[in-house]
Order: sequence, then structure tokens, then C-alpha cells
Amino acid sequence: MLEDRIIMAHGSGGRLSHQLIRDVFQQAFANEWLGQMNDATVLPKEPGQLAVTTDSFVISPIFFAGGDIGKLAVCGTVNDLAVSGAIPKYLTTGFIIEEGFPVAELLQIANSMAAAASAAGVCLVAGDTKVVERGGADKVFINTTGIGFIPTKRKLSPERIKPGDKIIISGTMGDHGIAIVSQREGLEFSSPVVSDCATLNQFIDSFILPGVKCMRDPTRGGLATTLNELAGQAGVAMVIEEELVPVSPAVKGACDMLGLDPLYLANEGKVIVIVNPRDEAAVLDRMHGHPLGKDARTIGEVLSDESGLVLTETVLGVRRILGMLEGEHLPRIC
Amino acid sequence: MTIKAQSAKLIADIKAMATEPFKLMEVCGSHTVAIAKSGIRELLPPNIRLVSGPGCPVCVTDNSDIDRFLSLAQQPGLIIATFGDMIRVPGTVTNLQNIRAGGADVRVVYSTLDALEIARQNPEKQVVFLGIGFETTIPTVAVSVEIAARENLSNYSVLAMHKLVPPVLEVLVMDPELGIDAFINPGHVCSVLGTEPFEFIAKQYGKPSVIAGFEPLDILQTIWMLLKQRTEGRSEVEIEYTRVVKTAGNPKAREYMDKYFTVVDARWRGIGVIPQSGLKLRPEYSQFDAEAKFTLPQPVETNIPGCQCGDILKGRLLPPDCALFGKACTPLQPIGPCMVSSEGSCAAFYRYRGRSYNA
Repeated sequence: MLEDRIIMAHGSGGRLSHQLIRDVFQQAFANEWLGQMNDATVLPKEPGQLAVTTDSFVISPIFFAGGDIGKLAVCGTVNDLAVSGAIPKYLTTGFIIEEGFPVAELLQIANSMAAAASAAGVCLVAGDTKVVERGGADKVFINTTGIGFIPTKRKLSPERIKPGDKIIISGTMGDHGIAIVSQREGLEFSSPVVSDCATLNQFIDSFILPGVKCMRDPTRGGLATTLNELAGQAGVAMVIEEELVPVSPAVKGACDMLGLDPLYLANEGKVIVIVNPRDEAAVLDRMHGHPLGKDARTIGEVLSDESGLVLTETVLGVRRILGMLEGEHLPRIC
Repeated sequence: MTIKAQSAKLIADIKAMATEPFKLMEVCGSHTVAIAKSGIRELLPPNIRLVSGPGCPVCVTDNSDIDRFLSLAQQPGLIIATFGDMIRVPGTVTNLQNIRAGGADVRVVYSTLDALEIARQNPEKQVVFLGIGFETTIPTVAVSVEIAARENLSNYSVLAMHKLVPPVLEVLVMDPELGIDAFINPGHVCSVLGTEPFEFIAKQYGKPSVIAGFEPLDILQTIWMLLKQRTEGRSEVEIEYTRVVKTAGNPKAREYMDKYFTVVDARWRGIGVIPQSGLKLRPEYSQFDAEAKFTLPQPVETNIPGCQCGDILKGRLLPPDCALFGKACTPLQPIGPCMVSSEGSCAAFYRYRGRSYNA
């Protein structure tokens, strides 16, 4: 029988730790790998190169419209693998839990992680739990590490980006950021904004043609910051037409009210695709055939200019620098 | 012709006519936003300067008025109904958002009709609508008072902090230090008032003004019309926004304003008291006047240290000239209302800041 709330003993490695792992994590994540119950999980090798990524999640609030910290922790890491061209296979997770945290909420988070992992076709194969005293952390922090394999012959890299390549975005910008900030600020909108938090790997599988040169998910810092990273790494300039960037009316309204720019808001279920113009139409067509890509569109292109700048063009044709996000925009957004 | 091609032609014409310095004020906050967003400033020749005016209703609301409604919001048994822009506007010590977090009942409404509905559904509570706005929104507030009177809604009232545009324009046009050469007049306000209340700009002060629409091309066309007046030595009130604004304005809307409101002196943030520049409910409708119904603290003049919203509202400074801009004062942690309201010039500049690029 579990306690109602997490106590320090749940992180001691003793009886209560074992009980917590069994009744919360093992029941939620159950799979053949986790069942090994060794200090390390032994996994089979697969063809192709190995891809590894890690991310920690400290979002506040932990439950939000469209997801929770558990779903986010799976989506974020799966998506980092997927946009790198990897087929995500395994996740590990570490929990840092504040003393007094309700066990029922922990269970809810674990179940939500399991559901997201199962939907993405990945297994949670190792985990760790630590408990810190009240005030030592805020409710719960989660780390996930992802392992995937990149199919041989597939090579995605900013180095492949060339002038004339098209910039495609898979859907509306800013939904996750606004969902979190509106909940945090206690703002009510007539149609509440829901986080776009979703795993992208199966969606990406549906459109990854040879002309796809590089992908990124525009999370923290949003579209503007992610494009700047790409342009800098590729040593090219990019121009996007701001009017072409899809933004839902609710997000637009909230941005007007809060003075936020959707181009700098976090997304958790969107992907930027840099594609050879030859495959642009085919990629868009495939994206439109998937629920996560119904609003996909081309928003700009790569310029023959090595400045590394990202530019926007206004309706009057004025070009401006779209800089990286400066300072702390919205803390604890993921 | 595409918008880009049309704008290129207008810009070429504007450049040809811009032989001398020309300082223009866009009076309306929606114009400020459209100018910042489309990048009109970057297209204009350097001797044409656009400065922003006092046309953001939230921004011109004096700190003392904000403190008064914040105090009202904390009275028990009361529901405050307000447009969303006001929720985060800081008073001296707090804002509506914090008061709501502390248990006060503050509701965001999209029209006065929503506020009336809240009053109907909560007969045991008093509902106060925060009356902020210019001639564009005042008629809708008048209609709400009419409906409340007809339905005997004794729990609905308005805290009228409404302001009139022509009197503040007169203060600005008279100010030699500002040196405004011509005015881009607010299209929506003029759709109610018509051209007559703006004639003084031309007749008494000899300055051109044009009533403008809100698309980027409307604004460029307006600048071209203002330059043309100067070139031809004319000073008139012209209408660029002909698809919406008629010379006579909207007499019906003005009738509603006159029936329910009376003109009074009003305090404008950073500018001070301007005679005959505000509206209060007429005494015969005092049962719908929150000021008559509730005990409100006397207005106390307070200033936010360092906040230069006043000089920004008068067009004396551009937002980046303020030391707080983008540092201590950002849209998420605003110090002055110009950074809160979506129509505020600080918010508009902040959103499109640092983006100039010379290709």
C-alpha cells in the first residue's frame, strides 16, 4: 500500500523506494527491457548510427491544457531524435521529486509518459528516482535520455543547406507557449489555447524524402531562435515572410494582449524542414496528409548570402533582422 | 499591382516631395502598431519623422484613476467587468490580475453586452464596467446604460474614465516644443465624429491633417496626401479612409453619447488635466454611475519613478529613448501602461525592436 504523498524515505533506496518503483513506474512502463531489473539495461544493437539526446523538464504548471510534464518529457526527447533523422527506440528517465508531492499525481504523470511512449513506439528502459526535501525542488523535475538509430544512407545536417532551399513549418506557432503562460497568468480566453505537445517521429517518417536536408523542432526560443541556430551553423542567411507563418487566432489574440511574439514562443509538436525545392511540393503534400501537418506551409527560403542572419519581410517588402531570443522570455516553459 | 509595388510607387512619390523636414504625429495606437509592424519608418526618407500620439485609451488613463478602480475592485460583493488590456496595467502598488488572484471577482469582457449579461446573472452582486476609451467605444457604453435603464438592472454601473480626442490634439498642436507639422487622424474616432471636430487643426493652427485607415498602404497614402497639402500650401482635413469615414461621421452614435454623457475636465497620464476632455454620466443616470454609487478614494497624484509614458504619449520621446524600455520595463513585467496595452507605442516598439536591416 502506497503512502498518499512522497516522503523522504521514497528516495532512500530502501523498502519504500522499491515499492514506489514497482507500484508507479514499473506498472506504467512495463516492457521486456525494464523487466531485467539490473543496474544497467542491456539492449540489442541495430543497423545504422546511434543517436543519443538528453533533456530535463522543469515546466510549471506540471499539468496544462494539452498535456503534462510526463507527456512533455517523452515528446521533447523523442522529437529531438526524430528531427535528427533517427528512429527513436529507447528512453531512460530520472525523477527528482519534492517531498510531499501527491503520489496520485506521480502515477498520473507516469501513466501519461507511458501513453506517449507507446504512441511513439518507444520503450522506457531505465529509470531513477530521487526525493528532495520540501522546497528543494518545485513539485517534480524529470530528465529523459533518448536512444535511436539513424537508418544507413540517411544524412540530415545543416551543412547540406544551400541557397534556394525552402523553409517549411509543419503548423501553427506558439500554441505551447501561450497554453502555459495563459494558465500561469490566470488568463481565460473564450477558446482556451491547448499545447501542441506531440511526438513527431511517425509524422516525420511520412514525409522524409531525400530532398529533406535538415530538420529542427522550434521549442524554447521559438521559430526565430531555431532558424538563427540553423542559419549560423549552415553559414547562410534565411528570409521568411512573417505573414505566411501560421498562427491560430487564439494565440494571436493572446500575443496581442500579452505583448508576446509568436515567432519567439515555444512549440512542442512542430518541425521546421529545410528542403530542396525539387521535393518541396511532395513533402508538403505528405505533410498535409497527416493530422500533425495539416497547416504545414512554406514560409521562406535560404538566401545566397553567408551572413548567418535570419530576415523577415513585411507586407511592404521591408526586410528586418529576426534576432535570437534575448534574455529570459518565459521561464520554465518546458 | 501587388502591395509591394504600390508601396514602392508611393514611397518614390513621397521621397520626391520630402524636400524639407516634416514631423508627423500618428494619433491613434492602432496606427502606431501598423507602422511598427509593416516597417513604414524604414521606408521613409530621413527627413520625414513619425511620432506616436496619445491614442491608446489604456495608456492615457491616469495612475490616480487606475488606483481608484483597483481600490473599488477590492470592495466585497462587487464584480469588475473590463476589457482585457486593463487586467495587467500597473497602479501604484498592484494591478487587477493580482487583486483577482487575491480573491476579487474581475472578469474580462469583449463588449458592454457581456458586462450586462454578468449583471443579469448575478443579481445579488454589483457589476461595475470600467469605462475606458475614446469616441469609438463610448457609444457602446451609452447603449449599455440605455439597456440597463430599460431592464431596471439596478446592479449595473459604469466607472466612466472616457476621454475625447479633439481636446488633447489641441494641446499637442499648440505645444511649440513638440513642433508637429501635420497629423494622421484616427480613422475609427473620425468615423463617429466626422471631420468637423478636427477642422481647428487646419483653420486655427494652419496644419494639414488626414483621416487615415489602418492598412500599411492607407498610411503611406496618408503621408503622401499630407505632403501634397504642404507642397500646395493647403491646410485641410482630408479623408483617406473614405471606405469607412463620412464627413458627417455617425450622428446616431453621437446622439447616444450626448444623451447619456456630459463633458467634464479629465486628467491624462503624463499630460495633466485637460479642460472639457472627458465624459461622465449625466446626473439623471447617476444610478448607473459607479462614482455616485460607491465610495471611491480621492484621486491622488502619483508618478512611477523613471516611467516616461507621459513624454512618449506626447510624441516628445520615442519608446527606446526611455531608460526603462526593454530593460526594467517589458510586456510581461510592464512598468507603464504604454508597455501593457497592445496599442501602446512601447509595446509596439518592443515587439519589432532591433530589427532594422539595410540590404
